[in-house]
Order: sequence, then C-alpha cells, then structure tokens
Amino acid sequence: MNAIPASAALQAAPAAPPRPGRDRRDARADRWFRRVLAATVAVVLLALASAALSMLWGGREALQSQGLGFFLSADWNPVENRYGALAPIAGTLATAFVAMALAVPLSFGIAVFLTEVAPRWVRGPVGSAIELLAAIPSIIYGMWGLFVLVPVMTAHVTPWLNAHLGTLPGVGLLFRGPPLGIGVLTAGLVLAIMVVPFITAVMREVFLTVPARLKESAHALGATRWEVCRDVVLPYTRSAVIGGIFLGLGRALGETMAVAFVVGNSVRLTPSLLEPGTTIAALIANDFGEATQTYRSALLLLGFVLFAVTFVVLALARLMLARLARREGA
Amino acid sequence: MNGLAPGTLLWRRQLTNALALAASCLAAVIGLALLAWILWTLVSKGLAGLDWTLFTRDTPPPMAEGGLRNALYGSAVMCGLAILVGAPLGVAAGTWLAEYGGQRRIAIVVRFVNDILLSAPSIVLGLFVYTLLVMHGGGRFSAYAGALALAFIVLPVVLRTTDERLRLVPAQMREAALSLGVPQWKVVVQVLYRSASAGIVTGILLALARISGETAPLLFTAFGNLYWNSDLARPMASVPVVMYQFAGSPYANWQALAWAGALVLAAFVLLTSLVARALLPRRGLIHD
Amino acid sequence: MTVSALRLAPFLLAAALAATGCQPASDGTPPADAGTGPAGATRISGAGASFVYPLMSRWSADYNAATGHQVNYQSIGSSGGIAQVKQGTVDFGSSDKPLSAAELAEAGLGQFPSAIGGVVPVVNLQGLAPGELRLTGPLLADIFLGKVRAWDDPALVALNPGVALPASPISVVHRSDGSGTSFNFTNYLSKVSADWKAQVGEGTSVAWPLGVGGKGNEGVASYVQQIDGSIGYVELAYALQNAMPYASMQNADGRFVEPGAESFAAAARTADWTSASEFDLVITNAPGPDAWPIAATNFILVPKAADPARTRATLDFFRWAFASGTEQASELHYVPLPPELVAQVEAYWASGFGYE
Repeated sequence: MNAIPASAALQAAPAAPPRPGRDRRDARADRWFRRVLAATVAVVLLALASAALSMLWGGREALQSQGLGFFLSADWNPVENRYGALAPIAGTLATAFVAMALAVPLSFGIAVFLTEVAPRWVRGPVGSAIELLAAIPSIIYGMWGLFVLVPVMTAHVTPWLNAHLGTLPGVGLLFRGPPLGIGVLTAGLVLAIMVVPFITAVMREVFLTVPARLKESAHALGATRWEVCRDVVLPYTRSAVIGGIFLGLGRALGETMAVAFVVGNSVRLTPSLLEPGTTIAALIANDFGEATQTYRSALLLLGFVLFAVTFVVLALARLMLARLARREGA
Repeated sequence: MNGLAPGTLLWRRQLTNALALAASCLAAVIGLALLAWILWTLVSKGLAGLDWTLFTRDTPPPMAEGGLRNALYGSAVMCGLAILVGAPLGVAAGTWLAEYGGQRRIAIVVRFVNDILLSAPSIVLGLFVYTLLVMHGGGRFSAYAGALALAFIVLPVVLRTTDERLRLVPAQMREAALSLGVPQWKVVVQVLYRSASAGIVTGILLALARISGETAPLLFTAFGNLYWNSDLARPMASVPVVMYQFAGSPYANWQALAWAGALVLAAFVLLTSLVARALLPRRGLIHD
Repeated sequence: MTVSALRLAPFLLAAALAATGCQPASDGTPPADAGTGPAGATRISGAGASFVYPLMSRWSADYNAATGHQVNYQSIGSSGGIAQVKQGTVDFGSSDKPLSAAELAEAGLGQFPSAIGGVVPVVNLQGLAPGELRLTGPLLADIFLGKVRAWDDPALVALNPGVALPASPISVVHRSDGSGTSFNFTNYLSKVSADWKAQVGEGTSVAWPLGVGGKGNEGVASYVQQIDGSIGYVELAYALQNAMPYASMQNADGRFVEPGAESFAAAARTADWTSASEFDLVITNAPGPDAWPIAATNFILVPKAADPARTRATLDFFRWAFASGTEQASELHYVPLPPELVAQVEAYWASGFGYE
C-alpha cells in the first residue's frame, strides 16, 4: 500500500513468523486513517470553493441587471436599484494604495534596522514589540483611529495639507477637502500601521536568509552597510520582498473594522484623499443587514470582487515568495 | 567623518550610509512610537472603565451602568466552539499534507488554497456563513453560525502550522518507528504528534488569539444580544461586536465599556500569543 | 507531560463551554419551541430603527424586570429592520418609514405605530445653547446640499443676529445606512425645498451631495460630537442624552419652535390616523403653531404567518409598553401614542393577528 518498501523488506526478514491478521488489520486501519485525512482536505477545498461560488451565485442577479456598469458606474442608489460600484472599488484601491505607500518604506526601514543596524541585544525585544502590533485586533485600531487619530488629523494634518498641498496644480486635487479628520487618508494611515508588522516580519525573515558569505564578501571589498543592503541583500531577496509587500496589500484590501470607523462611509467618487469615501468591506459591513434582493446581490457580488482581488494579489505574493525559496534551495 | 575631504566619493558614500542607517533608526523609532501610542491609549482609556462589574453585569442600555458579562461569555463560547470544530479539521488536513501529500501537485494546490483561505477578508467568510446558515437554513441568527464563521478562520491557521511542524520532524524518527513494524497511523498519532505537539498547540493558540478579535464575521451570523444568552441557537453577544456598537455611539458609559473591553481583549490576545510563542522550541515560520 | 496537558486544555475548555451552551432551556422544553428562556420566560428578538433604540432598550429592560421576558432589540437601521423581518430572522422589525399596504401584503406583514419622536438638527459649535441656533427648512436643505458652506454665511447670520457664528466651514454628517430617520428628514426637506426635491429627493438612502456617513443615529451623534463645526440630524433623545446643542426650526406656520415632547405631540395631534390604511402616514411639516416640523412615527412590523406563540409574545410586549411604558417614553422625550390611537392599534391586532 503506502508502506515504505524498506520497512516492508525489513518486515519480510524472517525474524518472526508473519501474523496475517494483525497485518491486515493494520493495513485496513492505515487505509481508513488516510481516507479520513483526505476527507478533511476535501472539506478545506470545498470550503473555499463554496465560499467563492456562493458569492458569485448570489451576485449573478446584480450582474445581470447592471452588466458592466456595475464596475464602471459610480451611481450607487439602492432605493432606485442602481448599483454602480465604482466608488467602493476606487475607495478600496485608494486606501490600500495610501497604506502601502506609507507602510512599505517604514517596514523596510524597520527591517533594515532589525537586521543590520541594531546591536544584537536590541533586535529581539524590538522585533517582538513590532510583532505585538500584528497581534492587536483590528477593531482596536479602528477605535484608536476614531478617538485619537481623527482629532489629530482634523486639528493639524488636514488643514496643513489643504493649505500647502491643496493649492498645487494637478496633484493638489488629491489634497483639497473639508477640514475633517475622517476620510480616505486617515483610513489609509490606520491601515498602514496595521500592515507594517506583517511586511516587516516577512522582510526581516528574508533578509536573514541572505548567505553571510555574500554580505561578508561585499564588506571585505569595502562596501558600507547601506551599500551591502542596497546592492547585495535587496537584489537577492527582491522577489520575496515584493511577495511580502503583496501579502500586506492583500491584508489592507480586505480589512473591515479598522476602516469602518474612519473612512467616512460616503458612497461617492471623489479624487481627493481628504474627502470621506468607502471601501468594499466597509460598505458590506454597513449595508448588508438591510439589503434584500438586488441590493444584497450587489453586495455579494462586491464581496466576490474583493475575494477575487485578494486572490490575485495573494497568488502573486506566493509566487514571488516561492521564487526566493527556490533560489535558496529550500 | 574620518577626516576625509568632503566631496570625495568615499565621503559621499559614507554620508549616504550614515543617512540611510539614521533613517532606518528613525523608522524603528516611529514604529515603536506608534505602538506605544496605541498601547498607551488602550491602557489609559481601558483602565478608566475597568472594574469588577465588567465581569459580573451584562451589557446595559445607554446611560445605565453595566458590564460585558454576556459578551465575554459569548466570545468564549463561540471561540471555544470554533476551535473545537476547526482545530481537529486543521490538524487532520495538515497531517495529510505533511504525510501523504508531500510535494505532489495536489498538495501544492491544497497549500495554495489554504493560503487563500488564511488571508481572505474575514467579512467574506461571514457573508458565506450567512448565506449558508442564516438565509438558506431557514435560520435565525445564532451562535452556531458565528462559531462556524470563526471556524473557517481557525482551519487554515491550524492546517498551516500542523503541516509545517510535522514536516520539521526528522525523517529518522518516522523511519525508525516504521522499521519497528508500527502501522502508519500509529506512527503519526503516537510518534509524530507527540514530537510536533508544541508546534501544533502553538498554531491552535495563535488561531484562538486571532479569532477572539474578529468582528466582521460575527456581524451577520451571531448578530448580538442585549441579554445573557446561553442558548447556542439564538443570537449571542460577543466582545468585538459589542465594542463596534458601543464605540460607534455617543454615550460616554458605552464608550468606556468599549475601551475596557478592548483592553481585556488585547490583554487576552497578547497573553495567548506570548504563551504560544513561548511554547515553540525555536523561532519558526509562524505567519499571521 | 506539561505539553500533553496544554494540548488537552483548550479542547477540554472548549468542550466544557460548548456543553454548558448546548443545554436546552432549563424548563426542559426543546429549543425548537417558541424561544422560551429560563422558567417559561419568552425570548423574542427584534431589530430596526435606531430612532427608537433608547426607548426600546428602556422598555425592554423594564419589561424584563417586570415579567422576566426578554426582548432583544438590535439597532441596525430601519431598512435593516424591514429586511430582517421579511427574511424571518427576527420576530419583529422596526422602521420609521411606513410600508404601503401593497408592500405589507406582499411581505405578509402587519404594521402599527409604537411611539412618536422628532428628528432634530444637532450642531457642534462652541458656546451654543440648545435651541439657540435658528434654522428654516430651506436653509437646512441648502446646508445639506452644500450651497451654504460656512457658519458665517449671510443667510445664517441674518437668521441668528444674536449668535456669534464662527467663520469656519460646515461639516455635514448624514446616515450611511438605510434609515427611517433619513427618510423623515429628506421627506421634510423635499416638502420645503424645491431644490432638494429636484436634486436629491426623499428616501431611506439618498445620494447625499456631501458629508460623512455615520452608522445609525448613534453614529451620527458620535461624529457630530467629535467634529467641530459639524451639523447632523438625530432623534431628540440622542441630542439630549449627550448634551448636544440642537437647533430651533421654523414650522409650517412660520413660528420658530424648539423640539420636545410638546412640539412633537402638537405635530402628532394633527395626524388623521383613522383614514390611514395600515397606519401608513407620514407626519412631517405638520400644521399648527406649536408643531415641530420634523416629527416622525416609528412603526413595528410583525409577520402575520409566524409561529403564533412568538407573535403573541411580541404583541404582549407592545401591549405592556402602551399600558405601562408611557412614563419611560415621556422621560426620554418621546410622545407615547394617544389613547385613541392605542385603541385603534389594539383593534388592528384583533383583526389582523387574531390577538385577544
């Protein structure tokens, strides 16, 4: 069956006469054990498939009635049964983009600090402290964002941005808005803080996989620590770093609670980061309880869109991480 | 800087180096400062609302005194049930992957599917369970539905940890047991589980830490309950959902309860994570 | 040894908790029965309007203290209440937007009023006393349309000569969820402002021209509390409970009135309930010198074809509320239903549900 040939050969050695009853029982037990385990694997596959398909199935009514306009129109009017989901889709992408723009440099800096700069006795505690950020439930981030970050944004950051960046041509459109602390920018900020520990953890791990001889050769040639980082470590781990970034992106795209408190819940398409907006997850959380028929179908379809997007992002992330693992010879 | 003439290449390189390293220190300081800020807010606001009545009284109507007893109980029950359902499935599936799947095509697919499930937005899982149990099951909101939604989050975490930990067990142990004539299933149960048990328990504890803070999957499944409820077929309160409700309200007493709940939740999650990591013999690849 | 114990512990704990949770109601009736709780007490669940949540939670607590029955009411917005009761996931729904007789028949629901309250504009401005700020309907519409953007706009200053209005921008807060409060608010604005009617219209969910969305009356009140210079609309109880300054409004008769149980009752008095089939009546912009212009009624929706024991438990609760809950309603500044209306409702129960 699946017994290793070596052990079967060993068993065949005439140390003791074979006992057919016990062997058959064991073989049967092994078969059943394997079947039960395989069944649980089937459950896992089934779970994912049904989750994705049930949402697509539930969303077919919205797709049929709205067609492509579902993805391209920003006219979201549940009362008149018009569901153009461009606003939540754009909001999801905008908050995720802001989050990554802020989190990636910060994570990179922290990862470099933890692997290159910090003295050995600091690395453990600081690394654990950053990982503590990852353990905090996202709803606490949302609450902190609402009660602590929003007043700071309203009082200091938004007026400053409005005054200094809002007046610039072109890019100023992004920074023109009401002096509210609630909006796409604040949501992106909260997401960035949430996502930093994940990206840092991946980056730190992959930085540590760089063979010491490569780094030491570079140092021996006179490279400064930063140059070793930039020219040896980064190129070596490039795919995995990008993979880690995509992992963080996947997380930022699907986050609900951290965003729901501070994004402003306004289903309107605006170019400005300072205006309130919404994301797919926050919209579903807000509206699902009251949705029936086409409305619910539209939300389920949005759920499927979110699922599909995070699927693609994660697939890319795993691909990149796998490429590094292969290079490493793992 | 080594007394070099400024403007030379070496001087510029060393300046870049110093700036870059300073920037990375700054990044670490910012990261730690943010963590400290969040923890400080959590502790100061949470302690203000924390006292024994938190554990002895149920959620109050606005403007009245109360606690979080029913929510804490609901969270404990639903998380416990989710672990009870999800962990054995996860361990079993992880065992299959490690022992029988190996590097075969199907195993790679299963691992990938598991990663998707692991990082899927939790609200999507809540929607799925809603359509499954509440909508079609002719159902009502219930703690069962909430626990099932959480179990979908436990499953991939435990599966991944079990898979990784079992694969770390040295092949010699496996082969030694097999060479003694021990059937495969006994090898797994009596030898491999025992040696990987610390890692598997770590995975279960990390899953527990994660689901105790999850809000979105419970919104449309367990709903919420103003009262003490021990009937699993009815809506049940839970700490994160109560926090969501109370923090989004204007009432000072509700907000204080939300922060107290946040402190208790964060303390539980951190404690569980610390215990889980302490169990690990060496730093392993435990993500998420 | 320690590890095995640790390995077993979570399972044992979970099993123990699940076991305690799995016990049926202590009086031995199977759980599939009409939600009976400990010692024969009934347990029903309702969901819907945040408009009456302060009142519902108070009634629920007092009813529980008086009779031991549990009424679990979740505030998820009027549209949520309608959706959940249509799907049968709750025993009753609550909505501030009445359903038409046709809709009720299609969904197999009965509808009756529970209490009357009022939607008030609340603001976050320093040093303003409740009722000090004066607004008219058209001006309120202009603010929510984005035409009046700053507190020192000439229109506002002209209306409020004695008030020191700052030069800061107005931040608008509206509802993000489907809301009966929004319905009554936009219904009123549509009646008094042709611009609003043309551009936005009325409904539980509208395309707000600007502003942030809060979830529930609670969310709107929370945001207005947090954001300086903001304006929102909530039920009066929320404004009073959180000491938020509200505005006085000019009513249909041209007089400025402050919100309160008296002005709500004055508005309700003019409503002709007897001619409304299935109580489908909206009472905004009521005539009368003391009437509050944005008064609103909250309606309870009960499925007609549900488990009779559950329906009985639901109607028992509201009968108790109409009889013994009037004090709490008044304390919270809602208007309890006048006796004639209560009689009409009870007759409706008898004919529609066969209740008592």
